[in-house]
Amino acid sequence: MRSSVFLLCVVGLSLTQIQFSSADLVKQTCRQTPNYDLCVQTLRSDPRSSHADVAGLAMVMVDMIKAKSIATLHRISELLGTAPHPKTKATLRRCAELYDNAVLKADIPSAMEALKTGNPKFAEQGANDAANEADSCERAFSGASPITSFNRSVSDLSRVASAIIRLLL
Amino acid sequence: MADPNPARTFADPEDPIIAATVPDHYTPLLDGDPPAGENSRRPLKGFLVILSGLVLVGLLMALIGENGPSVSQDSQQNDLTLNAPAESTNISAQFLEPASRGPSAGVSEKSFRLHSGVRAPFPWSNTMLTWQRTGYHFQPEKNWMNDPNGPMFYGGWYHFFYQYNPDAAVWGNIVWGHAVSKDLIEWLHLPLAMVADQWYDTNGVWTGSATLLSDGQVIMLYTGATNESVQVQNLAYPADLSDPLLVDWVKYPGNPVLVPPPGIDDRDFRDPTTAWYWPDGKWRIAIGSKVNKTGISLVYNTEDFKKYELIEGVLHAVPGTGMWECVDLYPVSLKEDNGLDTSFNGPGVKHVLKASLDDDKNDYYAIGTYSLESGNWTPDNSNLDVGIGLRYDYGKFYASKTFYDQNKQRRILWGWIGETDGESADIKKGWASVQSIPRTVVFDKKTGTNILQWPVAEIKSLRKSSKKFDKLEVGPGSVVTLEVEKATQMDITAEFEIDKEALKRIGESDVEYSCGTSGGSAQRGELGPFGLLLLADEGRCEQTPVYFYVAKGTDGQLKTFFCTDESRSSLANDVDKRIFGSTVPVIKGEKLSMRILVDHSIIESFAQGGRTCITSRVYPTKAIYGAAQLYVFNNATSASITASIQTWAMKSAYIRPYSSHQES
Repeated sequence: MRSSVFLLCVVGLSLTQIQFSSADLVKQTCRQTPNYDLCVQTLRSDPRSSHADVAGLAMVMVDMIKAKSIATLHRISELLGTAPHPKTKATLRRCAELYDNAVLKADIPSAMEALKTGNPKFAEQGANDAANEADSCERAFSGASPITSFNRSVSDLSRVASAIIRLLL
Repeated sequence: MADPNPARTFADPEDPIIAATVPDHYTPLLDGDPPAGENSRRPLKGFLVILSGLVLVGLLMALIGENGPSVSQDSQQNDLTLNAPAESTNISAQFLEPASRGPSAGVSEKSFRLHSGVRAPFPWSNTMLTWQRTGYHFQPEKNWMNDPNGPMFYGGWYHFFYQYNPDAAVWGNIVWGHAVSKDLIEWLHLPLAMVADQWYDTNGVWTGSATLLSDGQVIMLYTGATNESVQVQNLAYPADLSDPLLVDWVKYPGNPVLVPPPGIDDRDFRDPTTAWYWPDGKWRIAIGSKVNKTGISLVYNTEDFKKYELIEGVLHAVPGTGMWECVDLYPVSLKEDNGLDTSFNGPGVKHVLKASLDDDKNDYYAIGTYSLESGNWTPDNSNLDVGIGLRYDYGKFYASKTFYDQNKQRRILWGWIGETDGESADIKKGWASVQSIPRTVVFDKKTGTNILQWPVAEIKSLRKSSKKFDKLEVGPGSVVTLEVEKATQMDITAEFEIDKEALKRIGESDVEYSCGTSGGSAQRGELGPFGLLLLADEGRCEQTPVYFYVAKGTDGQLKTFFCTDESRSSLANDVDKRIFGSTVPVIKGEKLSMRILVDHSIIESFAQGGRTCITSRVYPTKAIYGAAQLYVFNNATSASITASIQTWAMKSAYIRPYSSHQES
């Protein structure tokens, strides 16, 4: 009977060890980024994170940047449909170009390829560029931005991604 | 202005006060997730034995499987210190800006050039962007380029290959571009040499090097990223050795010839070197890698370039330097001025070992001895070891590679010069990156501790109208216009003498000067800064000073610094604006001399015959085309300087696609 209890404990403990290891990596990794909460929350929301290495976590983050960028483009589309002030309209169009041509067509694919193939400095470049583009778009509104939360989101995620990627160098 | 995000709960890292006090997030290791998997069934002993056995095996496999790049508290510390390179920062003397948030927020110092959100991004016009394209530096017609590959002289032509993205102005889909030249200056673009058409390079045809065998064979070794993203080394050779242009290439059917050895990560194994012949009758190559944070160079030997043997130990390793990319090892003569074949070794020779550090995107070299007995390379000075000592170039210069030019018996260096502007501008202009003008490399006999780099002599063929400004007296705090024909494409040599009285008078400084942390050309000292203002408009709203700054250090010795100041190079805010540079040794009796190649958005500067070099990318918005001017300046507080300057306007180089109608 005693040995059964012992074996039971071994089984239970072993199972907890496996789970602890992956949760550990997420926390350890996120501690080294400028936004721990956002990092943990984002990574935990994706099932891949539970068995990913650091490069894998970076890819999860880059995918989230992509998703947020697509959402931003949709929002820009919606806003353009509401017949905004001409100046806002021009800036919205400019932002759409940044998100479409730069972030989605260039930064994200470049970063993903770099992470996949093990050449992380180009992924760092891609993530930094995405942050710069999002900031650039926000600044172009000179304080009257209708998409601040979207830009901030892309920018913050990109900075977290960049910090994670830095760990690979 | 209302706070657009009053609900932000995390500290604003752009506020320097907060950034300094935000604690590192530290959570104790065992918290959070509740233990899982309580077995609630009535225990059966035998079943449990089997189950626990399986679970333990599974646990073991999971722990082994998670041995990816390890993340430790130690590496975090190292990352933060490596994130703050000594010689460059975004501080601008002119604008009161918060210090860049880089290292304190765990972010690379290099990354964020946009400062706190007050100014709108710059509206680049097509005119401005078109101007940025160089007149005489190698670049493909469009899209992205990075590392130089396989440079060599064959069949009467200089061959140059390069990492290229045929689809976009950012890195990705990498294949090998190819061009040929008779003089390293005028180039003919050829078809792509190699594309990603095999399983062993489908994810990237990456960097490699050429070895020329005495029987006329050409061996090309390169890194392929396989379909499973493993980095392997592959062999390729020309399809037709009788074609001097070497247009077509064949990949060895038995590829890959090398895969990552045990203990080396699948993603830390790339950039094979040119081979050198060893006394045992075999060839040797080096491949850079890392173990944790120690940068290393592996060595292999081979007889046929198809089968390899890993040589025990490493060629060299330096802790804390991270991944070594684009390793290069070559001999330099201590006595002669010519270059040496890569296989050369013996008395009167030292070996330069070089690595590109992934961590800080700079190229470092060290001079040492490569023993034919032990097969080890040892630095002359371990304080100046690879990755912690001298750099080829103190500006933007990476992934460089040398080759032995048997045509003129020179050792020649190529370096990748990336963009430092905003990436959306690169996409708009449709291209990114140039190569440095090829440089000869020789041992610096006067110092014994440096190499000298100098633009190849063939560059002089582009010189046209020359102007001389002899013994110009430039008093403290003055600027003198130099009337030249075309300030955007120039070759300039300049010599400076500081007035001797001022040199005697100079007091000691209690603070050590450093280009990167200084106020650039605006920070006045007794004996500097003085030099040239390049790409400056008439009102000097935009200007790129390249200057000397002489000071007496805390040890009472005179020290000379050579810097390039980008802080006012452009009115645009979405470009890097750093101040780069380093000390430059000045031998007694030497005048202070500089040579500068100005070519639109690239400036290559060489001090004391190439003892210290700085390459800079600049993107002026006003000081372009005819509005760009040249000045000599002296911003010292007490010393006068005498400057002798010679300038040449430079023709553009013929760099075009090859067509069969052309003569060779």
